[in-house]
Amino acid sequence: MIKMENLSKTYKMDGVTVEALKRVSLDIKAGEYVSIMGPSGSGKSTLMNLVGCLDTPTTGSYHLDDQLVSEMDDDQLAVVRNKKIGFVFQTFNLLPRSSALQNVELPMQYAGVDVKIRKSRAVASLESVGLSHRIHHKPTEMSGGERQRVSIARALVNNPAILLADEPTGNLDSKTGVEIMALFDRLHQEGKTVILVTHDQRVGEHARRMVRILDGEIVSDQQVKKNNLDNGSKL
Amino acid sequence: MNIWESVRLAFGAIWAHKLRSGLTTLGILIGVLTVIGMLALIDGFNKMIAKQLSSLGTTTLYVQKQGLVMSHDDWLNTRGRKNLTIEDAYAIRDNCPSVLRVAPILDNMANVKYGKQEVLGTEVNGTTPDYQFIADYEIIDGRAMSNVDMVHSRAVAMLGSTVVEKLFGQQDPLGKEVIIGGNRFEVIGLLAKKGSFLGNDQDNMIIIPISTFQKMFSGQVRTRGPRSGSVTIAVQPLDVAHVEKARDEVTELLRRRRKVPPSKPDDFGIVTADQIMGIFKKITAGVFGLMIGVTLLSLLVGGIGIMNIMLVSVNERIKEIGIRKAIGARKKDIMQQFIIEAVTLSLVGGVTGMILGFILAGLVSLVIKLPATVSWWSVLLGFGFSAAVGIFFGWYPAQRAAELDPIEALRYE
Repeated sequence: MIKMENLSKTYKMDGVTVEALKRVSLDIKAGEYVSIMGPSGSGKSTLMNLVGCLDTPTTGSYHLDDQLVSEMDDDQLAVVRNKKIGFVFQTFNLLPRSSALQNVELPMQYAGVDVKIRKSRAVASLESVGLSHRIHHKPTEMSGGERQRVSIARALVNNPAILLADEPTGNLDSKTGVEIMALFDRLHQEGKTVILVTHDQRVGEHARRMVRILDGEIVSDQQVKKNNLDNGSKL
Repeated sequence: MNIWESVRLAFGAIWAHKLRSGLTTLGILIGVLTVIGMLALIDGFNKMIAKQLSSLGTTTLYVQKQGLVMSHDDWLNTRGRKNLTIEDAYAIRDNCPSVLRVAPILDNMANVKYGKQEVLGTEVNGTTPDYQFIADYEIIDGRAMSNVDMVHSRAVAMLGSTVVEKLFGQQDPLGKEVIIGGNRFEVIGLLAKKGSFLGNDQDNMIIIPISTFQKMFSGQVRTRGPRSGSVTIAVQPLDVAHVEKARDEVTELLRRRRKVPPSKPDDFGIVTADQIMGIFKKITAGVFGLMIGVTLLSLLVGGIGIMNIMLVSVNERIKEIGIRKAIGARKKDIMQQFIIEAVTLSLVGGVTGMILGFILAGLVSLVIKLPATVSWWSVLLGFGFSAAVGIFFGWYPAQRAAELDPIEALRYE
């Protein structure tokens, strides 16, 4: 599903060239549960931006579902993000003045989904994350855990190929974090491709495969031992 | 995202900043208000003048010594001309086959007294009985002057309604004696009310026989103004088809009588109601042009206000733009959202301005009795202009929003 070959990304900051990613190659298959781990400054955010089609590499190629996204322009990337990527952010990134339902409907608006279908799909998505009772509340009236559930519902609503979560528990207390991770585990079991980007070992260990990145290079890529996985208690 | 969702979104954003949005739309509001209000007033003004001028008789030619005086130079250049005389009027009547009726008119201002009551500055017109048919005035009581009155230079007068009201109140003026400019006159007829024209009371007037006028006012004929002591000759052509012919005949006759050499221009002027209407149209067109200028200026100022507030709005919502882009908004989606917001803002001002413009035009026409009407195209103009301003001045802020980098925008706090 994801096929990255020799991806490099360099930035120019104040005339100094910074190489954030150095010839990274990564394959992820449909249905995998992968964590991308590394400390801040390791290049994991850059890699996440590339995986999420928010950015294009300086060199190298990236195929997503056999589409060469590394050569696309901004608008084509927007369409890919809309249809194939479901983002879950550390800071939730919900529109504060819109209700949970409106937030979840948003990706369908840009996908051109018919108004009548939108609402029922958004409600179903909110139900699947256990929020059917709060669909008309605004994010400001919700707890952190509820907000993160809304953003997961939003990420799922266009039925994307990849669920891409960036430090999904970073702004949550540990109990709520456990609940959110349980939700990701369940989504994986239901067949979704889930990618977690985190610096938190306990979050990363929820995945079946752990990719470690340091100084812009992948330093390890291995399966997580099954016995480490007793869902829920790991945070 | 379709247009209506963007419009709903725009109203949400505008509503979230009511005061700011209200102040921003003021510029557009005032621009559209002036354009609608002024168009209605100019339209009403033109209609009123047309109505008043048609009461002069649209085909009637007015021959004057100085014609239409449009400038001080005009006046200086023409005041030395020879006066027109009553004999000129009779010569036109007797020698121009395309002319139906002719009336010479002399006029002056005088104070009018009855008992202790007095009216100041009444216009006294000395003319012949034919003038009644040329100027189409109506006698509501008593009788019109006759040729006998003329021949004997009788001191008889027909009074306008203002004079009657002020001097007599509820009394019957017919047969009473009034003093006009120191001379005794018998009231024989009352004229129907004409109303005021450009703030000038047309009913503060008196008509007397021209022969009487000459006898009693000869020493005090007006020495200033375009008609100083000269006779104005009202000429009624046979019908509409003979207006030009009558004009040519009158011109030729007067040139001959006044011995104007063929190489020289006319030393008199012929004025028609159409001509006066044309001049008023020119004046209102000038005012109209000025209004357009003022309006464009205020729309420009309003538009800059909108651009300013849209830039603020984009800056405040960088995070929101980042979120929208991350979940799949294309550049044109963001462009559309912000341009529609700018247009909505502009139209809110435009429509409010239009409504206030209607009300203003209605109020003004009520107060000064102008038949002011709002035309459909001025509504279209107001609507179109405010939409255009929204698109034009919303374009740059919207483009800035659309060009934002999603990663930077998401990171923005």
